[in-house]
Amino acid sequence: MSTIAIDKAGPSRKTKYGSISRDRAWALRWSYFFLIIFTIVSLVPPIYMLITSLKSSTEISAATNPWWVFHPTLENYIALLSSNQFLTFFWNSALVSVLVVIITMLISVPAAFALSRMRFWGSATIATGIFLTYLIPDTLLFLPLFKMFATFNDWTGIPLINRWYVLVIVYPTLTVPFCTWIMIGYFASIPKELDEAAIIDGASWFQTLTRIFIPVALPGLIAATIFAFTVSWAQFLYPMVFTTSTDQLVMPAGIITTLIKGDVFNWGQIMTGALLGAAPPLIIYAFLMDYYISGLTAGATKG
Amino acid sequence: MAEVSLRKVVKRYDDVEAVRGIDLDIPDHEFVVLVGPSGCGKSTTLRMIAGLEDISDGEILIGGDVVNDVPPKDRDIAMVFQNYALYPHMTVAENMSFGLRLKRYPKAEIKQRVTEAARMLDITDLIDRKPKQLSGGQRQRVAMGRAIVRNPKVFLFDEPLSNLDAKLRVQMRIEIKKVHQKVRTTTVYVTHDQVEAMTLADRVVVMNHGRIEQIGPPNELYHRPATKFVAGFIGSPAMNFIPCRIEDAGGTLQVRISDTIAFPLPREHAARYGGTSRDTKLLLGLRPEHIVDAQSGQGPSFQTFNATPDVIEPMGMETFVYFPIAGVQLCGRINPGIDARAGVPLRLAVDLNHMHLLNETTGQVL
Repeated sequence: MSTIAIDKAGPSRKTKYGSISRDRAWALRWSYFFLIIFTIVSLVPPIYMLITSLKSSTEISAATNPWWVFHPTLENYIALLSSNQFLTFFWNSALVSVLVVIITMLISVPAAFALSRMRFWGSATIATGIFLTYLIPDTLLFLPLFKMFATFNDWTGIPLINRWYVLVIVYPTLTVPFCTWIMIGYFASIPKELDEAAIIDGASWFQTLTRIFIPVALPGLIAATIFAFTVSWAQFLYPMVFTTSTDQLVMPAGIITTLIKGDVFNWGQIMTGALLGAAPPLIIYAFLMDYYISGLTAGATKG
Repeated sequence: MAEVSLRKVVKRYDDVEAVRGIDLDIPDHEFVVLVGPSGCGKSTTLRMIAGLEDISDGEILIGGDVVNDVPPKDRDIAMVFQNYALYPHMTVAENMSFGLRLKRYPKAEIKQRVTEAARMLDITDLIDRKPKQLSGGQRQRVAMGRAIVRNPKVFLFDEPLSNLDAKLRVQMRIEIKKVHQKVRTTTVYVTHDQVEAMTLADRVVVMNHGRIEQIGPPNELYHRPATKFVAGFIGSPAMNFIPCRIEDAGGTLQVRISDTIAFPLPREHAARYGGTSRDTKLLLGLRPEHIVDAQSGQGPSFQTFNATPDVIEPMGMETFVYFPIAGVQLCGRINPGIDARAGVPLRLAVDLNHMHLLNETTGQVL
């Protein structure tokens, strides 16, 4: 009796589960297909950079297979790392990026908190306005900005053009709007009862921000930090426009200005410089990724 | 600890009046439950007492002081939220002590208060855990602990048990009652669950459409409801309402339900309703436990009638029968030993000593 019952039930159940797993199998195949394409597209350029950075200038210009290193050498690395100029660029970049991250966070976190939690007249409009400013391309802004800084110099005698710290003033115009926007989203996901509980517990707005919101929104804060750091580290147009002396240059501008001499491209060193330049953000991502992914809000309220 | 008073309190959102002039005096130590359907203004009232909502009109007094413009942190209140609102990055102990730490209490006193509250709530073992490592009931205990350690003038509870499953809710209800019996802090508790209201409250405040329908101890609301809304809201299953009229019958009064069914009123009821106009459209209010099987319903105040149940609900210690009479569906509670079946006529009896008569138009209980 029971055997028959199982046999009867068997095929229909099998078909049902079978179709689900077949759908899933196809979904997986497609995902892998696109993931592989994506991986190739994103990894080929850095691999090419790595290969080229390990070649001597003679091998780069020789008509051999460009995807293979026949005589690997570290001469490009040694040349760059022993040049004071390159270390200055690196130091300038680090200084500018760290300062920009600090300034951005000091502005955008309180701004996002105010815009997401303290309802006041026009807060919604300001929130949208902040995002809209991010949509204006920097190529439109560098001329007016340049003019502004020049005028400021004329009036006050404080030089801004061709000083590394001008970038600390300019970059936040790119980072603050976006980071504020990210943080508004994060703060909005924190249940309202949490700040109400804090207020009843006797916390001021500022204490609610520092002791509840910032710790709870840490993943968002890290996302914003990574963004601000990447933007300031990789920004190319503004340093090209605002800085010219080799002691004031940051990495992206420095590599291009000093390693391209007229029409002579020192490809080996350019690739090495770019690879070394990409290292700091990579290391920072690796360290912060765990925080970034872990959901810290779990358990605040009913799941 | 303190008394809480609401004087003509109004809350307006743009052109919607959520709370329409509430007067309520809560003496020291009392446990008051605000109960009503969703949107009745009970939560808004609680949030106004907490200071989380502005008061559009009227006054709120805590301990004799008007607190309309006093910020929440200076009102000396503690609140327990429906979704617990624990700080996810803090341990249980840190959650409970947060308010005290902000007020810079000495470390030793904080520790002592937290330990004491944890022991009272039976969460001593959980003190170093984070909220996400706790179950729903444990989180709710921590939320209560956070309120207790502050030793506030008033406890405010905003539907604290709604997120728990039925079994845990009963258990936590008892815990809350125990805690109140120990600390005796004035408590305002909001719920939509009339069972919670009945079991917890010293006095229940039934709210509807932003107004207070009736205030009273649980038993008074149950046995002497003032309006149809209260009569229908308190009690489960709900009170039956049967359209009827009063008519004279041989020197006494009777309520006529249909052409074939009329119940003579007991003497004291007849005296009470004698002045009621014979033309007024009335409702006869009878709780399910006052419609019983004919064998159980013996006595001078019982009147029998026939009905054909269409649904039988055996509950073990009692059986509910649902049947239509005069176009309305009624519920009665019969002895579980009786073999009632859907579709089979049954002899039932109503206990008119416990009847209510309501004016159908105004909804007032006569």
